[in-house]
Amino acid sequence: MKLYLKGLKAGIPIGLGYLSVSFTFGIMAISLGFSWWQAVIISAFTLTSAGQLAGIQVMVNPGQYFTMLISQLTINMRYSFMSVSLSQKVSPKFKGIKRWLLGFFMTDEIFAVASCENVVEPIFFLGLSTLPWIGWTLGTLLGALIGNVLPPVIMASLCIAIYGMFLAIIIPPAKKSKPILIVIIVAALLHCAFYYLPLLREIPSGISISISAILAAVFGALLFPINVDKEETGNA
Amino acid sequence: MLDFWIYLFILSGSTYLIRAIPFACVKKTIENRFIRSFLYYIPYAVLAAMTFPAVIYSTGNIISGFVGLIIGAVLAFFNRGLTLVAIAASLGALVTELIIMII
Repeated sequence: MKLYLKGLKAGIPIGLGYLSVSFTFGIMAISLGFSWWQAVIISAFTLTSAGQLAGIQVMVNPGQYFTMLISQLTINMRYSFMSVSLSQKVSPKFKGIKRWLLGFFMTDEIFAVASCENVVEPIFFLGLSTLPWIGWTLGTLLGALIGNVLPPVIMASLCIAIYGMFLAIIIPPAKKSKPILIVIIVAALLHCAFYYLPLLREIPSGISISISAILAAVFGALLFPINVDKEETGNA
Repeated sequence: MLDFWIYLFILSGSTYLIRAIPFACVKKTIENRFIRSFLYYIPYAVLAAMTFPAVIYSTGNIISGFVGLIIGAVLAFFNRGLTLVAIAASLGALVTELIIMII
């Protein structure tokens, strides 16, 4: 119980952050034509920002199941790395069904905080995940409900918030690491090419985001392989 | 409506499995340098591709989208938190939209 409360406390800032970001997700989902309960269900069962944002954009068009799968696998590939990384730090008690259940909560921020522990106990991880999950789901609900009554100009302005969060994640590390900066620029340029050039423009955004990101990351891995001895983790 | 449930299943199912399978099954560390480097860069590449050029069009008006982008990028450059950067970018876009409406 003490460990659960310790985790709960560590999760407060993440929960608050998720509340505000998922608020925007709720608004965006409504503006794309989803019902409030659909937005809430998506958040409660998925618990991810970039993947859900790409996901609802795919869902607007019927039947693009393959696009959905490919885009989710690419966007969320980083989680498998985090899961591998955290699997090295968990206590012996953290195994079997506990890993299958609690693996659901492996978000960027929960991973980052859990990684700071010397040994991660399952009950601590559950406590840590509680408020972020509540914040993410509740924020979506509030955004979807309030989004319906807000003036259109305010709703439109709030749609940029989630991109603001992305900028806050990628820019600080890009200042410190030239390879990261170059990978970011390559990915952005590639996706702009997909957006503006004829023919390339026809490719659905879920796929083009994946292709741009994979090419940019391969480019980075070939030109600037990381130092394996130094423990580097993707904190985005 | 059926479409929604199928999409939800793919979205949440794939997100869950990509998190849970490695967590439950991997007991060794990945040693391959190329794979580790690729995994290291992929989050930044994904977020950059998602942000550009979509951020410019996110508000439905290129001018306010651009102003929001600049404000967000500057604050992010000075290491402001995720929430502050997100709110400031929105406020910047909102003020710009209001100015455009008045003009």
